[in-house]
Amino acid sequence: MKEVQARAEALKVGESIIIQTAVRILVPFIQIFGLYVIVHGHYSPGGGFQGGVILGASFVLIALAYDLKYSMNYMSERVNIILGNTGALIFVGTGVLCALFGGLFLDYAALDALIPLGPVEWRSFGIFIVEVGVGLAVMSIMVSLFWDLSSNGGLDEGL
Amino acid sequence: MKALAFAATLVTGAILLYGTMDFPAWGDPQSPAATHLASYFIENAVPETHVPNLVTAVLGDYRGYDTMFETVVIYCAGLAVIAVLRRSKKS
Repeated sequence: MKEVQARAEALKVGESIIIQTAVRILVPFIQIFGLYVIVHGHYSPGGGFQGGVILGASFVLIALAYDLKYSMNYMSERVNIILGNTGALIFVGTGVLCALFGGLFLDYAALDALIPLGPVEWRSFGIFIVEVGVGLAVMSIMVSLFWDLSSNGGLDEGL
Repeated sequence: MKALAFAATLVTGAILLYGTMDFPAWGDPQSPAATHLASYFIENAVPETHVPNLVTAVLGDYRGYDTMFETVVIYCAGLAVIAVLRRSKKS
């Protein structure tokens, strides 16, 4: 009890130990749900854009309940930008790879020459690869938009 | 000037509403939008791609080029915000 009181007194204005604890418990579930929405886009409403926004929202939630610096312990700015670039490159790279293996641009059936799964299965799997790329790019861009806009570009304290 | 703008808005709106009278009925299966490509996707998307969700099949495969540039647009928007706002500690 003493420890909780000491922690509560050390908080800055606008921070609440209840909100912080709730967010800390909720965030892993939000991230699992975001991954589920990305991966399950083949069978239900969802896909890269929606799941990426949910994943990004989990980091925004941490940044709102704590502050920007604390959310960067989970994902640093460097990692965030690398993930965003990787996501966009996965999408474009898949299309270029299809063209290199003798199909049209983004014609996933051509990747059958790389790993023989059958052209129909490759079209399903190609959509999945592309959705993962979209999810990564959208997540990273959402988080970096929030970081930059809320802290005026300094990435110090934030809201 | 305000009255003139209001009259122009009313006339344009009336013309647009008059134009909607030629539209096919809502959800009409014989309308051009429903007979051109939609029937092809409904019949062939699952055998051709093995994706039960037609929206994902169209978005990721048949219209993959469009989706790629949607991603590129979001990516460019993020880069633009970083380029305009982000400043390092030293400057």
